Amino acid sequence: MMQSSSRSGRNDAVTLLIGTRKGAFLYRGDATRRGWQVDGPHFLGSIVNHLVVDPRDGRTLLLAAKTGHLGPTVFRSLDGGRTWAEARQPPAFRKAETGETGRAVDAVFSLSPAHASQPDVWYAGTAPVGLFRSCDGGVTWEPVTGFNDVLYPRIQDKVNPGPDGALLHSILVDPRDARHLYIALSVGGVFESADAGASWTPLNRGVEANFLPDKDAEYGHDPHLLALHPLKPDRLYQQNHCGIYRLDRPGVEWRRIGRAMPTEVGDIGFPIVLHPRDAECAWVFPMDGTEVWPRVSPGGRPAAYRTRDGGASWQRLDRGMPSEHAWWTVKRQAFCADSGDPVGLYFGTTSGEIWGSTDEGETWSRLAAHLPHIYSVSAAASV
Amino acid sequence: MRVVIPSPLFSYTSGQKEVEAIGSSLAQLLASLDARYPGMRHRMIDEQDRIRPHIRLFVNGEGVSNLQRRLAPTDEVVIVAALSGG
Repeated sequence: MMQSSSRSGRNDAVTLLIGTRKGAFLYRGDATRRGWQVDGPHFLGSIVNHLVVDPRDGRTLLLAAKTGHLGPTVFRSLDGGRTWAEARQPPAFRKAETGETGRAVDAVFSLSPAHASQPDVWYAGTAPVGLFRSCDGGVTWEPVTGFNDVLYPRIQDKVNPGPDGALLHSILVDPRDARHLYIALSVGGVFESADAGASWTPLNRGVEANFLPDKDAEYGHDPHLLALHPLKPDRLYQQNHCGIYRLDRPGVEWRRIGRAMPTEVGDIGFPIVLHPRDAECAWVFPMDGTEVWPRVSPGGRPAAYRTRDGGASWQRLDRGMPSEHAWWTVKRQAFCADSGDPVGLYFGTTSGEIWGSTDEGETWSRLAAHLPHIYSVSAAASV
Repeated sequence: MRVVIPSPLFSYTSGQKEVEAIGSSLAQLLASLDARYPGMRHRMIDEQDRIRPHIRLFVNGEGVSNLQRRLAPTDEVVIVAALSGG
């Protein structure tokens, strides 16, 4: 999600941070958001699941990487990606007791800054599902015991791996309260904590889980991405395996706003992106979730869809995109917005293209091609 | 003893293909390597002390999965990073 500052009618330069299956790239844009200079590849050959800037200093970069051969780790740059240092203690589960089967982190999937009042605190979500916290800017990481050793053992019967393994992919912090957290697991569901992760409560009522035998299950659902509006933190959205949902807290019952999507397109997808200033506005990128779940653009015709009324209606936004035979999709961390006015949108495809819009999705242009499979795209003020 | 390093770990050894290290067991050898090249062990061995799926360790040409395997100063340890596919 975007962290650059902007005032109405004037846009700052933007840097796109791109994580791919074969390394990381930085695309440095100018204030028009039309001219881009590539910086990279960084860590060529590494699987980079996530590359993000610290919104609290606008400068520090954190990157989650592994290679085909080597285990997962986190790298940090304090100089805009010119130099990198590896975490001294990457995210890792506690050592198992004798007779206990221990878990090992296979991939660090998601990196999330903690509250603005906690400048050195970060969270990391992993595959298999695990939650980790760093209190020193990403140099050393500790397990969040309340999830890894308390909640997980209780829910593991319904934590199932998807094609990329079971992921803890969304970690959201309430901007009003550093201890109030939401997380989402695919597959596993959404959970809420009021005590900085010491204890958790399922938050899945109203969400379909058509793959579970128990239709009223408390957890075991499949959120693909969870989003919280920064200016209206009681408004949550999720793109789920079973549709698009919205929740207004303190309510606990999600509403399937994806019902208003065109039937022939459906409301399945990975990402959901929120307008930085308008909690009623969000974008999704539908994919084919029929039969064997091809997970490509429905009919080979990619499009974003936007709501401006909290999900009551959706508009197709495909001007500039291929009109046929484009069999790619957009992964859950590969669609983002900047904070410009109008908002700039950016997504990366499974076929290695970066697309952008400077008019909130009305028109799109291809910014880059021939990159590896793109896992994450995030936008930052010029880094 | 002589330790042969695979190319995915060259970033830790500044490109050295072979290094000298000490240890009376494989576990001690890996600890010694990690002290000299911080972070290297975690990339090869997970937090449960299991060798990662695409790493193989050989002592004098014999594949070894037990980190408690004893070592002599004249032994040769070869670390292999083995992976197929794109």
